[in-house]
Amino acid sequence: MAAPGTQPEQDPDRTDRRVELGLGALSAAVLLLISFMIVFVFAKAWPSFAANGLAWFGPGGDIGDQLTAIFNSPADPEDYVYELRAWPLLYATALITGISVLLATVLSVLSAIFIVEFAPGWIASLLQPVVRLLAAVPSVIYGLIGVLVLVPFFGNHLITPEQKESVQYVIQLDGSSILAGVLVLTVMITPIMVAITVDALRSVPRNWMEGAAALGVNRFRALRTVGIRAARPAIVAAAILATARALGEAIMLSMVTGSIAFAPNPLDGLVFFFEPAKTFASEIVDCAEGLSVKPFGETMYAFAAILLISSAFLSFCGWYARRSMRKYTLQAR
Amino acid sequence: MDPRLSPPPPVRRIAAGGAPTVAQAPPAATNGHVPNAARAKNPKRLPRTETTPVERMRTEELSIAYGEKLAVNQVSISVGQGEVLALIGPSGCGKTTLLRSLNRLVDLTPTAARGGRILLDGEDVDSFDVTQLRRRVGMLFQQPNPFPMSIFDNVAYGLRERGSKKPSRRELEPAVFEALHRAGLFEEVRDNLDHPALALSGGQQQRLCIARSLAVRPEVLLLDEPCSALDPLSTATIEETIVALRDEVAIVIVTHNLQQAQRVADRVAFMYLGDLIEYGEVDQVFTSPVAERTREYVSGGFG
Amino acid sequence: MSAHAQSRAPAALIERLRTAHRESWSLGDLVGVAAAWAAGLALCAIAAAIVIYMMVQGLQYLSISEMFSHPLPGLDQSQSGGFLDPILGTVVLTILSTLLAAPIGIGIAVWLTEYGKPSGLARAVESGVEVVAGTPSIVLAIFGLLVFQEGFLSFLSYEATDGVAFGRSFFAAAAMMSLIALPLIVGATREAMNGIPRHVREASYALGKDRASTIRRVLLPASRRGIGTGVALGMGRIVGDTAIVFILLGASLRLESQGDIPGLQVLQGTGSTLTTYVYNNSPAGEGGSPDKAYAAAFVLLAIVIVLNFGIDLITRGKGPSWTRA
Repeated sequence: MAAPGTQPEQDPDRTDRRVELGLGALSAAVLLLISFMIVFVFAKAWPSFAANGLAWFGPGGDIGDQLTAIFNSPADPEDYVYELRAWPLLYATALITGISVLLATVLSVLSAIFIVEFAPGWIASLLQPVVRLLAAVPSVIYGLIGVLVLVPFFGNHLITPEQKESVQYVIQLDGSSILAGVLVLTVMITPIMVAITVDALRSVPRNWMEGAAALGVNRFRALRTVGIRAARPAIVAAAILATARALGEAIMLSMVTGSIAFAPNPLDGLVFFFEPAKTFASEIVDCAEGLSVKPFGETMYAFAAILLISSAFLSFCGWYARRSMRKYTLQAR
Repeated sequence: MDPRLSPPPPVRRIAAGGAPTVAQAPPAATNGHVPNAARAKNPKRLPRTETTPVERMRTEELSIAYGEKLAVNQVSISVGQGEVLALIGPSGCGKTTLLRSLNRLVDLTPTAARGGRILLDGEDVDSFDVTQLRRRVGMLFQQPNPFPMSIFDNVAYGLRERGSKKPSRRELEPAVFEALHRAGLFEEVRDNLDHPALALSGGQQQRLCIARSLAVRPEVLLLDEPCSALDPLSTATIEETIVALRDEVAIVIVTHNLQQAQRVADRVAFMYLGDLIEYGEVDQVFTSPVAERTREYVSGGFG
Repeated sequence: MSAHAQSRAPAALIERLRTAHRESWSLGDLVGVAAAWAAGLALCAIAAAIVIYMMVQGLQYLSISEMFSHPLPGLDQSQSGGFLDPILGTVVLTILSTLLAAPIGIGIAVWLTEYGKPSGLARAVESGVEVVAGTPSIVLAIFGLLVFQEGFLSFLSYEATDGVAFGRSFFAAAAMMSLIALPLIVGATREAMNGIPRHVREASYALGKDRASTIRRVLLPASRRGIGTGVALGMGRIVGDTAIVFILLGASLRLESQGDIPGLQVLQGTGSTLTTYVYNNSPAGEGGSPDKAYAAAFVLLAIVIVLNFGIDLITRGKGPSWTRA
């Protein structure tokens, strides 16, 4: 038996070694599985990229038609059709994700300031669990409300017949639109951002807020300058988290933004927001049935690869942002 | 002989130098060298240039209570430009509360209630915006609290956040430089103005906070035990800065350190459990106090 | 001066702070404050709207009989039955996924905190878990399809006559779902175990216990709260996920069993959960019956609320106190 106070490593206990090896092997196995997943997705995606080259990202043609053609490829591998111009998807994904995260950041920072400084006590304590609950609501429920309430509202009340006519040669406006997608997505990602920002604002050292007050700065200014400044790392982390969630949102968007892979044209004026669109994620969901057809499946994996690259990129951004902001936070010297 | 090994100088007054250039004393930059060996000779304090200090703030029967507990009981003191007023007393005597009421920082505590009057230049402080008040009455805290920004941005903060218009950097530079000069920090940071303020040492951070407060040109400066978190060298530098500022800004300092009060102050108010026990010239209070309790306190009988 | 004056504030002496706390506000500040109020109230309004609307619609269409009857194929709404199968599907899938995720997650967390050598591997594992945490569930879903459609794994789902693995079953879905819950469990367990002070471990070693039994007897029980939180959070995400179910569980409304082994039949088969049921009944799916969708959504929301409440209960209780004398 090990003497009291001796570290266990010095006493090569067989059970201990076995447990360590076992757990280590388990962790390594999971790691292997994850790496395998990444590699595999890229491997499967490669033919689609290879066949199209950089034009994969470019505009040209109608995605719906292109996908149908791929799906209907002849059985001979030599004759597989891969042609795809994914620009509408790229554009829609960037647009919807970008606008939603922007709106959500503004909304959540303002709400956080409200909760921390201006809200009456009972509202603040009520909002806390409510916000957490909102963050936990499944995306399909948001999608349901979106498609049963928002979309008909847009289609019947907000989009005027003239607007419908103006684009009817290209697209049908029935309410499924970018606007609906952006609104619901913003509501989906705001709660978690609010929770993180409120925590960050609350943990700003009282010292700083007193110092700002002693300089004759009013409450809002103090929060806006010193408080937000101190909470910046958390806000950036929250925004990156929200972007990752927004990028991967497939189900809700497929319910709410329409079933046509269309690149909305800003030159259409206000109608722009009412046009339908599809993102990479929602496209995968809508095409899920055809995965068994080889070239079609590989095209879908290409979409998945884009999503994987984006999340990796986001993680990197988060790590980099955390590092560069460290010099402005309190650190033990 | 190595000056570091010489016996510590006796308790002495810091001379208020004739020329107010504080840049003469960078002790934090030198390593351990006792500043100004001339100190050991215990110079006499220079007489004040004016016959009477100009009164800036006054409290009339000021009382402050937190909830049910009376923290300050009907205290009347005056604070003048050209002199340093030290508030001394044991922990819990109300000196910090009194200090914080002068710039209405006690208002931030929800349970606080105030009675009596506080006058700034003859006007009741409740009659104007509290943010205006705090620009005219600045404060320094026990723990240096520079904001998580660059040195320049810290000093410029009060000037930037004043109104709707944001002054440009060029417009702010003269004021910022001047404030840093007055705080005795300019020489040390002139090349690093855009570095994060949190990278400075404790003494430098406190002087940065002084510069930050001075940038908005206050009439009164309140110091809440500004040196208690600092080492003796930084303390000496800050005390010199305080005395050098005396003629331009009315200064009130709360301190636990009786020697510091003797070094720096011109008038002293001794408080005990919320009451003002003794209030007078520093020499008189320390050498021939009127009240028995004062005598006990300054001789170290309790505290 | 007596010390009596200290204790009570004579009413005559003290006036409450008379003036309102007037600060000077610039126009920009006022706009900002107004915006903050607007944002906060909007948040409240949206939250209230969602909750109330779901309750109203859900209760309107929900009936107990629906919850306990099987879905029937039928074009007519009134004949399409209830959603017992989706409820069962949700329950089965959640339990299966959690059973997979919890031991693996705890195991990884224990290895990372207590062992963690070689450190290169430990960091790689950490990054890997983070990658999974950031991966959208749709990507995990089609990856799962990739894996489970390989022939040699066909025993986990259904094998068609020509040897092609169907790739969709509870097993497949649970395997991928467990990846969803994994990062949450690993994170919560690590946090809990890292929070245990060193002296507790040292005390156990000093008594002659080796590391494995220290973990088993001392550290894991002490981390129960954290582990419980992680598991509950993971279950919350599993219950709410639609993408993986949609792709990996097949589209059958009812639980269709496959295979020959009784009991396991169900798991090899396809089915649906509340999430896909809602999706399918909305205009995005087959359309048809929005009222069924609302009813099922209501049940789903209720489950999520209960889970959330459970998490609150777990985290609110006092954890073990390490510094009690």
